[in-house]
Amino acid sequence: MQQPSSVTESAAAAPRSQRIGVPREIFPGEKRVATVPEAVAKLVKLGFAVTVESGAGDAATISDDAYRAEGASVVPTAAELWAQSDIVFKVRPPTADEVGLMHEGQTLVGFIWPAQNPALMQQLAERKVTALAIDCLPRTLSRAQKMDALTSMAGVSGYRAVIEAANAFGRFFNGQITAAGKVPPAKVFIAGAGVAGLAAIGTAASLGAIVRANDTRAEVADQVVSLGGEFVKVDYEEEGSGGGGYAKVMSEGFQAAQRAMYAQQAREVDIIITTALIPGKPAPKLITAEMVQSMKPGSVIVDMAAEQGGNCELTVPGEAVVRHGVTIVGYTDLASRLSKQSSTLYATNLFRLTEELCKTKDGVIHVNMDDDAIRGLTVVKDGAVTWPAPPLKPAATPAPKPAAAPAAEKKGGHGHGSAAPMPAKTLAIVFAVAAVVFWLIGAYAPAAFLGHFTVFVLACFIGYMVVWNVTPALHTPLMSVTNAISSIIAIGALVQIAPPEAGMAGRPDGLIQWLAFAGIVLTAVNMFGGFAVTRRMLAMFRK
Amino acid sequence: MSQSLATVAYLGAAILFILSLGGLSNPETSRRGNLFGMIGMALAVLATVFGPRVTPSGMGWIVAALVAGGGIGLYAARVVKMTQMPELVALMHSLVGLAACLVGFASYVDTSIQYTGAEKVIHEVEIYVGILIGAVTFSGSLIAFGKLNGKIGGKPLLLPARHWLNLAALLIVIAFGREFVHAPTTAAGMTPLIVMTVIALLFGIHMVMAIGGADMPVVVSMLNSYSGWAAAATGFMLSNDLLIVTGALVGSSGAILSYIMCNAMNRNFISVIAGGFGSGGGAPAASGAAAEPQGEVVPVGAAETAEMLREAKSVIIVPGYGMAVAQAQHTVYEITKLLREKGVNVRFGIHPVAGRMPGHMNVLLAEAKVPYDIVMEMDEINEDFPDADVAMVIGANDIVNPAAQDDPASPIAGMPVLEVWKARTSIVMKRSMASGYAGVDNPLFYKDNNRMLFGDAKKMLDEVLTALRG
Repeated sequence: MQQPSSVTESAAAAPRSQRIGVPREIFPGEKRVATVPEAVAKLVKLGFAVTVESGAGDAATISDDAYRAEGASVVPTAAELWAQSDIVFKVRPPTADEVGLMHEGQTLVGFIWPAQNPALMQQLAERKVTALAIDCLPRTLSRAQKMDALTSMAGVSGYRAVIEAANAFGRFFNGQITAAGKVPPAKVFIAGAGVAGLAAIGTAASLGAIVRANDTRAEVADQVVSLGGEFVKVDYEEEGSGGGGYAKVMSEGFQAAQRAMYAQQAREVDIIITTALIPGKPAPKLITAEMVQSMKPGSVIVDMAAEQGGNCELTVPGEAVVRHGVTIVGYTDLASRLSKQSSTLYATNLFRLTEELCKTKDGVIHVNMDDDAIRGLTVVKDGAVTWPAPPLKPAATPAPKPAAAPAAEKKGGHGHGSAAPMPAKTLAIVFAVAAVVFWLIGAYAPAAFLGHFTVFVLACFIGYMVVWNVTPALHTPLMSVTNAISSIIAIGALVQIAPPEAGMAGRPDGLIQWLAFAGIVLTAVNMFGGFAVTRRMLAMFRK
Repeated sequence: MSQSLATVAYLGAAILFILSLGGLSNPETSRRGNLFGMIGMALAVLATVFGPRVTPSGMGWIVAALVAGGGIGLYAARVVKMTQMPELVALMHSLVGLAACLVGFASYVDTSIQYTGAEKVIHEVEIYVGILIGAVTFSGSLIAFGKLNGKIGGKPLLLPARHWLNLAALLIVIAFGREFVHAPTTAAGMTPLIVMTVIALLFGIHMVMAIGGADMPVVVSMLNSYSGWAAAATGFMLSNDLLIVTGALVGSSGAILSYIMCNAMNRNFISVIAGGFGSGGGAPAASGAAAEPQGEVVPVGAAETAEMLREAKSVIIVPGYGMAVAQAQHTVYEITKLLREKGVNVRFGIHPVAGRMPGHMNVLLAEAKVPYDIVMEMDEINEDFPDADVAMVIGANDIVNPAAQDDPASPIAGMPVLEVWKARTSIVMKRSMASGYAGVDNPLFYKDNNRMLFGDAKKMLDEVLTALRG
């Protein structure tokens, strides 16, 4: 009910509100569309006008009328759409023809893959447009997750990979005991537990299969287990986390151990789904021809890395082939095969991005280059190539070590209320006072005292230096141990209890002995109790 | 054992003590640090017992004293509950203080070594100062002990003109010190010495009585420092370098620790050392009333709390003294474990002065086996509150009081606090609406996104846990 009124309101308030255009994807076989009617409604609420090319949603079973119902206008041709739009939402990178339709000042949002498409970048720059590559979003920013189309597309692909496998596989996934006999559950092995891998694990497990998974990043083991999978470890110690949540290239020794593990899994399982990708490099060849040969006839391999060359040596990108009795699915359009779902998720990602671009909600975007997330995905700004973006500030470092270092530094700073050096004036006064005190002591005290005094002052400084950087968590044990150490005063009592001078005339031996005895008892309580209590406390500190 | 051998052993002990303190500054090396301390202490005691200053006739006495004292100490260390740790530490400080007094008196009545001229004056000044510090430490620690275990009320006792009283005490102590040094015989010097001791004891009582219960962490650390200075003074009087070194180590490290804590609370270090700390204690009644927070308090039940926790992605738990009192740390950990298994990111935010002793909360959480890498310091976690879905405050008040930032008139203005109100929802577990130790009302309770879960922390958390499991 409110929608029409809000449209007119925002239109009246901001006459220069921008137009978002959504063309039909022209890449062969691409069924996705960059926005869906639900997202159109939200974009209109933000103050934008939305135009859709006729038939854009057909492949995703969305009719032109559905778009119209949510307030979008529909134009018949791509040329018309590109001409009248200020912002264009796309899925696939634009072709040369499409770039030809762009005009100065236009903004393009979609997958661009600047590293793989230098020619496209050049063309975009020449057209003096602004291009936001959704694939360049800094994924480690938690704020950016709602815009992360790579993640949402990978999730869809992972799901679809299992469905493709099930389709090509001649048996049930779940084990059954029926009147017609017992059916063992299918065994699925998933290589790579990224977003796609995890989605595949969850899907396969929910179909009832026995799911195993492996990843070079040991920290994902918990996530695998949480989705109902079993984490298969490579019998070799190495940390595999690269930047940005991807894995890195591993050492020779590790790769050998990994190959052995894969060979064993190949013999045992019915279905292998591989998702291993390393950014900017061809996909690692995890499954060799021999491994395929060793698999049971009727087994299935779904190679989700087919577009980057494939994780299996026998993969044919874009096709499903049968080799040695094993179906190898190398489709590169898994997300597109679930076009309605992936379009909806992608449209939401783009809507969230638009929200970030248009904080004022007046239908005009503002590409704020000071915003880490926006800066990251802006690859061309008004005709200037701004890719690659500078690395993020350390706050977002994904690896555990660099994250620990700044924390440690902070700890050092803790307590240094004045990290800056003392003001010169104060320092001068302190030195002057110290000089006077030292002069007085030097002038009047005997030599024997000075020796002790030297030791005393130096020890004070050592105590200061040693304790200054203590972790606050350890304040109590530290206090307890210093307390125990202060029972060193026992020595004072010990030397009094029976010194060689005992028995000298005029020395009240008995009195001194009792005083010293009491002193030793008291300090012994402290000494033994203090250390024991510290020990008890420290035994509890564990990782 | 010759004098030289004993001296070398002392040097070794001193080095071990330094390593011990150094080791204690990091959890990884802390256990080794404690071990170094024990070895150092054993070395020092053995070197003394078998050294030239102890004749075999004293062996029986020494063994008896060590066995008696050590037995009591070990027993106390074994039975003490982790929540009582602050009291135990305070009590132990008092023992060191008392021992320093006894050694001082024994040294004074010992006439076997005759000093003359400046040496005599210095020796007597050393005795006088040693007993003075020892007595202050002794009585002060006893009062701190009483305050910590609740035998003495937490409210600061403020005598009228207390600063003048302190000043008068100081002058009397100095006057008697003159008389003591000039006393012709040991018997004549005894009177001023005893009078001074009594004044020092009273001063120690007065100093700690004037400090509010909430500030006890700093006081305990400060008394720790005093006990070190007492040991150092004893070292001067006995010409024993090991005592001097160790005393100075303990004294300066305790002072630094107090200073670090004062910084964390935004208090002035000098006013702590001098006692009279928490002098603002009387003011809140007046200034606090001016900024009476307005608004509604929204109470919730355990079931709703469990619901909020279950739906959260990120939870930050802020424990305070209430958790210690209710012994709720194990339940807290159970809840943490359960939530983490469900994929909720649970972390702990520890304020530097949470509890009644520095690091109190860390010790309790460690006892409950909470892994220390999810236990964060205030500086580390404060900026994460805006991203947290739920901030759960368990029995803490002043350390999460937004008035410290917003209200310049507040008595705790300027004290760094954990910004729990920036979380999407904050849940405060408290027994009642009573204000914290600082006596300040907390505007947090009246914020829109805050919920109050009234009741004993342990009981309520048990209910939350049951609801989470159900």
